Amino acid sequence: MWEYTDKVTDHFRNPRNVGAVEHPDGDGLAGSLACGDALRLTFRLDAEGRIAEAKFQTFGCASAIASSSALTEMLIGKTIEEAERITNADIIAYLGELPKQKVHCSVMGREALEAAIYNYRTGKTLDRKLDGEVVCHCFGATDKEIERIAREQKLVSAEAVTHACKAGGGCGQCIPEIEAIIGRILAEARPAAETKPRLTQLQKIRMIEETIDREVRPILRRDGGDLELHDVDGDHVVVKFVGACTSCPVSSVTLKDVVETQLREAVSADLVVEAV
Amino acid sequence: MDSTVYVDNNATTAVAPEVVEAMLPFFHEHWGNPSSMHAFGGNVKRHIDDARDKVAALLGAAHPSEIIFTSCGSESNNMAIRGTVDAMGGHPHVITTRVEHAAVLGPCHHLEDRGYRLTTLEVDGRGGLDLDKVREASASGKKTVASVMWANNETGVIFPVETVGGLVKEGGGLFHTDAVQVAGKLPIAVQGMPVDLLSISGHKLHAPKGVGALYVRRGTKITPHILGGHQERGRRAGTENVPYIVGLGKACELAMRRMETDAANERRLRDRLEAGILATCKGARVNGDSANRLPNTSNISFEFVEGEAILLMLDDVGICASTGSACASGSLEPSHVLRAMDVPRSMIHGSIRFSLGRYNTDKDVDYVLEQMPRIIDRLRELSPFV
Repeated sequence: MWEYTDKVTDHFRNPRNVGAVEHPDGDGLAGSLACGDALRLTFRLDAEGRIAEAKFQTFGCASAIASSSALTEMLIGKTIEEAERITNADIIAYLGELPKQKVHCSVMGREALEAAIYNYRTGKTLDRKLDGEVVCHCFGATDKEIERIAREQKLVSAEAVTHACKAGGGCGQCIPEIEAIIGRILAEARPAAETKPRLTQLQKIRMIEETIDREVRPILRRDGGDLELHDVDGDHVVVKFVGACTSCPVSSVTLKDVVETQLREAVSADLVVEAV
Repeated sequence: MDSTVYVDNNATTAVAPEVVEAMLPFFHEHWGNPSSMHAFGGNVKRHIDDARDKVAALLGAAHPSEIIFTSCGSESNNMAIRGTVDAMGGHPHVITTRVEHAAVLGPCHHLEDRGYRLTTLEVDGRGGLDLDKVREASASGKKTVASVMWANNETGVIFPVETVGGLVKEGGGLFHTDAVQVAGKLPIAVQGMPVDLLSISGHKLHAPKGVGALYVRRGTKITPHILGGHQERGRRAGTENVPYIVGLGKACELAMRRMETDAANERRLRDRLEAGILATCKGARVNGDSANRLPNTSNISFEFVEGEAILLMLDDVGICASTGSACASGSLEPSHVLRAMDVPRSMIHGSIRFSLGRYNTDKDVDYVLEQMPRIIDRLRELSPFV
């Protein structure tokens, strides 16, 4: 059984704004029956251009229904420009939290919103599926779609892509292709890092700490591990593995492939990382 | 409704009060080690023997020594497949079906990853096997280990294991059947069947979780997976889980005595429940061959609504059932059993399994029938596809 927050449960049991707005200004659909969840979002603007009414119809699990209900609540009273800035992370924040396997429910909300705004502006139906080559045949996700989601949400693994948009979560055959897309995005980020201004030692240490907290620890913690920054001497960074990492036979690989790669990318390409 | 209506007996069953009572003395009175030389411990051994007799009787085994106690049905399945493949040597051909329990598919795929040839047999739209394909696979001219379940846990569909086993034996192979869902529901007479190994699990027939058994026909070579002790005639080391083994014995004894009455009651309730749901809920259809099913199982798909949402709404009113929807599992893939049967994905996402048990009553069925149409209507109101 999933651990849902009280707010998710509340929005599932007592969904707000169910149905379809009559004569809507915007009407968008995301997802499909085959994928197991789908959301139709409709809205109507008032005389001042603010969303006066927003309604949803959702086929899906509890978190899909709750995400849709939350989205409609968030939309009411906003202008189109304000509405456009709502991300899937905002939907999750509104609900408190979603299990990571359910993040795609919030992404579906964001996609239905995009489709509805597109419909409002053009009078047409957004057909995202035609954009790009299909990579994941199980869930009909294209390369462009995966790339867009990976960029927007700064995803660094195929698993994170699966949680965000389901791609790769079926037969798994396309996982190498998804990894290649992520590899391309990460590779683009690298040259930019090399042109960074020279840092003072204090700035460098702070950035190393921030990068470890933000980029490295979440990866290690997924497997029950962690690390601490032990010392920084010039470009020489010394870290100490804790938790599951201490007994992990591949921690030396993690050190180079994860810790050093992330720190070189974010702080300085000259860094050398070792563990005590 | 202040109590729970439990219609998820294929997931697990309540431990029978008679079983609890039989187990208790083995916690605080007869807690000795059956391997001990002293009488305090040694006397416990005859209770294990007694339980072994009862399990052998339920399965219709020729000798109690053909029963090995394990920790669960999954262990029995793993031991049966990996143990016989290992003992056979020379990379035998492994045969199974697409709709097996994960505890059979897991070891089969593990072997495939290690270079063994694996044939996974397809099923038709009603969940049935093509016997010609079984014959073809079994006659590959190689040593073979085949594992085909007796009845499916999700749909209740029964495979003709007597015929399947016969074809495997004709081809010279060994035949294992996962009978976890069958024990206590259908009569088993393994001695006269072309079956070399058969798995059961305690908690599916009113014994506790944490105990199972594997039937191994006399003369069948099997490599133990736990080494370092003489227990279970050296085929599974480790001090016996005495209270649970006693509990399994008692549960098998009860099942022998009650099977006919229980099965008739479950069938009557299941049929009432199913007919009631089909009559009151729009867009509902039964998955699997309904004429050839376990008496207690009904797997129903509801069009345009999603299973996890149905389950949570059932849970809110105290009803326990299961779903084949992807959203309720950790993965994104819906039920592999329903997919193998080519049930449309939209219908798999809306599938609910009801499985009746010994303790269900007409009142339970009335209550589910009262709640279901309201829940399906409510979710349909939310759905964009209606």
